[in-house]
Amino acid sequence: MFQIEFDQPDYVVGIDLGTTNSLVAWMNLGKPEVILGEDGDKLVPSVVSYTESGEYIVGNAARKELINHPDRTIYSVKRLMGKGVADVQEELKLFPFRIAEGSGTVISVRLGEKTLTPPEVSALILKQLKRNAEAELGRSITKAVITVPAYFNDAQRQATRDAGRIAGLEVLRLVNEPTAAALAYGLDKRKEGIIAVYDFGGGTFDISILKLHDGIFEVLATNGDTHLGGDDIDNLLLRIALEDIHSEWGEDLSHSGEAVQTLRRGVIAAKEALSFAPTATISFEWNSKQYHRELTRELFESLIKGIIDRTLGPCRDCMRDAAVTPEQIDEVVMVGGSTRIPLVRSAVEVLFRARPHTELNPDEVVALGAAVQAGILSGTVENQLLLDVTPLSLGIEVYGGVVSKIIHRNSTIPASASETFTTAVDGQTNVLIHVVQGEREMAKDCRSLARFDLKDIAPMPAGMPKVEVRFLIDANGILNVTARDARTGKEQSIEVKPSYGLTDEQVEAMIEASIENAEADLIAAQVAQARVEADSILAATDKARRKPAWNDLSNAERIAIDAAVRDLQSAWHSNDHHLINAKIEALNEATRALAENIMNAGINAALQGTKIT
Amino acid sequence: MTYYEFFELPPNLSIDLKDLEKRFYTLSRKWHPDMFARKSEAEKQQSLDATALLNDGYRVLKDPIQRSLYLLKLEGFDIGEQGTKDVPPELLEEVFELNMAIEELKDGDESVRPQLEAAEKKFEGMRSDIDRELETRFAAWDSSRDRNVLNEIRRLLNRRKYITNLINQTHVPDRI
Repeated sequence: MFQIEFDQPDYVVGIDLGTTNSLVAWMNLGKPEVILGEDGDKLVPSVVSYTESGEYIVGNAARKELINHPDRTIYSVKRLMGKGVADVQEELKLFPFRIAEGSGTVISVRLGEKTLTPPEVSALILKQLKRNAEAELGRSITKAVITVPAYFNDAQRQATRDAGRIAGLEVLRLVNEPTAAALAYGLDKRKEGIIAVYDFGGGTFDISILKLHDGIFEVLATNGDTHLGGDDIDNLLLRIALEDIHSEWGEDLSHSGEAVQTLRRGVIAAKEALSFAPTATISFEWNSKQYHRELTRELFESLIKGIIDRTLGPCRDCMRDAAVTPEQIDEVVMVGGSTRIPLVRSAVEVLFRARPHTELNPDEVVALGAAVQAGILSGTVENQLLLDVTPLSLGIEVYGGVVSKIIHRNSTIPASASETFTTAVDGQTNVLIHVVQGEREMAKDCRSLARFDLKDIAPMPAGMPKVEVRFLIDANGILNVTARDARTGKEQSIEVKPSYGLTDEQVEAMIEASIENAEADLIAAQVAQARVEADSILAATDKARRKPAWNDLSNAERIAIDAAVRDLQSAWHSNDHHLINAKIEALNEATRALAENIMNAGINAALQGTKIT
Repeated sequence: MTYYEFFELPPNLSIDLKDLEKRFYTLSRKWHPDMFARKSEAEKQQSLDATALLNDGYRVLKDPIQRSLYLLKLEGFDIGEQGTKDVPPELLEEVFELNMAIEELKDGDESVRPQLEAAEKKFEGMRSDIDRELETRFAAWDSSRDRNVLNEIRRLLNRRKYITNLINQTHVPDRI
């Protein structure tokens, strides 16, 4: 007997929202699989462009606009997530981000006439992935698991979650990229063992060490650098090529967005070729001038050695924190496009004394792992469980600007800590708590997360009120704070002022705006479709005037048709698809007799054996 | 609920770490938020609270020092900072000389380095002695539940903390 399941569970997709490329994957019959985009490509370049006709385009199409319309196009926006203007001064020297005026603790970037925050730009990429998944799976997608670099701080995680919300996705879980990769490799087939995941992507570097036990992936320690990736290699080569060109041509192109973008492509092509060939050439053509520079792998490796070495320090620190030696590491997994570089592979092999896994495509492995995690959450994947950690210590600023750590880094999450606060002055009714993230002793050297204002404390002598504050880092690595009066047990009101990032109200407003935009987009599409139909009926009517059937019409009929044509022509220019459709219908009505005449003429002609034209 | 209760363990100071890990994995499978993604909001909250308690508890119970401080607190001992800043009398002279040596090294006098390295080694030896002593006391508490033993443990922990600070200080010159 067949049982048809009408109430199918929601599909949860896994999304790798990368610096350079983004991917969406799902569990197809128990196996993770990347979903192809409209253009048949698995990778959706993380590039967004706002066209002159007022549409957003994403992916490969937007990447073409980097050269034609660099001022309307943005890439690598992940570097700006959860950052303030002061944080990104270095990036601005190398990336053509156009920061909008008035940006402070939340950056806004300009794309042509539009001003968007990084979560809104990321939301456009997520929407494209959502559309790709919906087209492939033939159903609406509302839930997702999104990956983040393991070393992302709270603000960067919140910004990613906000992006999901703005894109209309319920983000069931943020998963750390290296941990996702470990899931994708299906290393659970090994019952016990220690795994290192080396994740060197476009813009970030992560290292995680995990302990495997009967399907449980327990992260022991994680480390990394959110400012280190393949982009740094590109920028290094780009600088060299620009200097080269400057001295060869006597022309400094470093301020021409278009030239830099074209040259960047040439540099990336040469870098990628050097992973497979002993030499490659950086080629660049500009205003009918040619630049060619041959690069041997040997020279390339000596240039990038410094960048690769910067990944090794975090690896050693991570082993120390996990209390493992290189000999104890059973498997090493490579993630991220930059791990294709032979020098990276050999450096990792030397450090961990193990040949790294490279069987899975390093560009896809994170998305595949996100799909597995989506399967775990939706119940289709059993037995596997991820126990991840928080990458940075959480602390509160105490007297003298010193940090008192309350949750240490590498603590398994969810993790919590409670602290009791009181007042310093008689009658004081609020207490401000400054929460920071980082390993340094002084609050000013750590990353400010938020200020929590405990409000409406009953006025009492100093030191009498007791407010118990609970800090909880959830399974997404995001901080939640609650407070209660320790005497009455009543919930204490608390106002959150994020140091970087959007308030809940701002995110809500963006969700609304994006829904409005979605409506506007839909209407624009309907208008366009109505105009296409109008064009075709107008053309058909015009053609009919030259047919003998036209002459068989009465004068009144001809006048009515002419009037309906004029009405439709003027409606065509309105932006009201209802009006256009109504006038199409009216013209249809007016030409009914004409159409019948033509049809009859056609039949007569057919009966006479002649061909009508 | 105490961490011991959550792990269904008696409030002992000696713990079999393999057994603790097994319990941690079993309880993780039962309570982790991943297992509650399709449940009601109330159940999700319950899972979050239980997992936080589980993880916090595992962190404390697997480390003998944190574990014994936690048990002292459960038994009503004040485990504040007092006492830890007072130099144990028998170390007074040594600590004074050590501070002098650190100052001299900061001023570029490399000749004191061997003295600091020897001091570090000595303090590490003292810490190992304390750890062994603690282990004996742990077993004594587990079998007798005698509060005098807890008093002894508290004294040892204070001393251990002081010596750990000294070891950290002797490390400083490496970074200068």
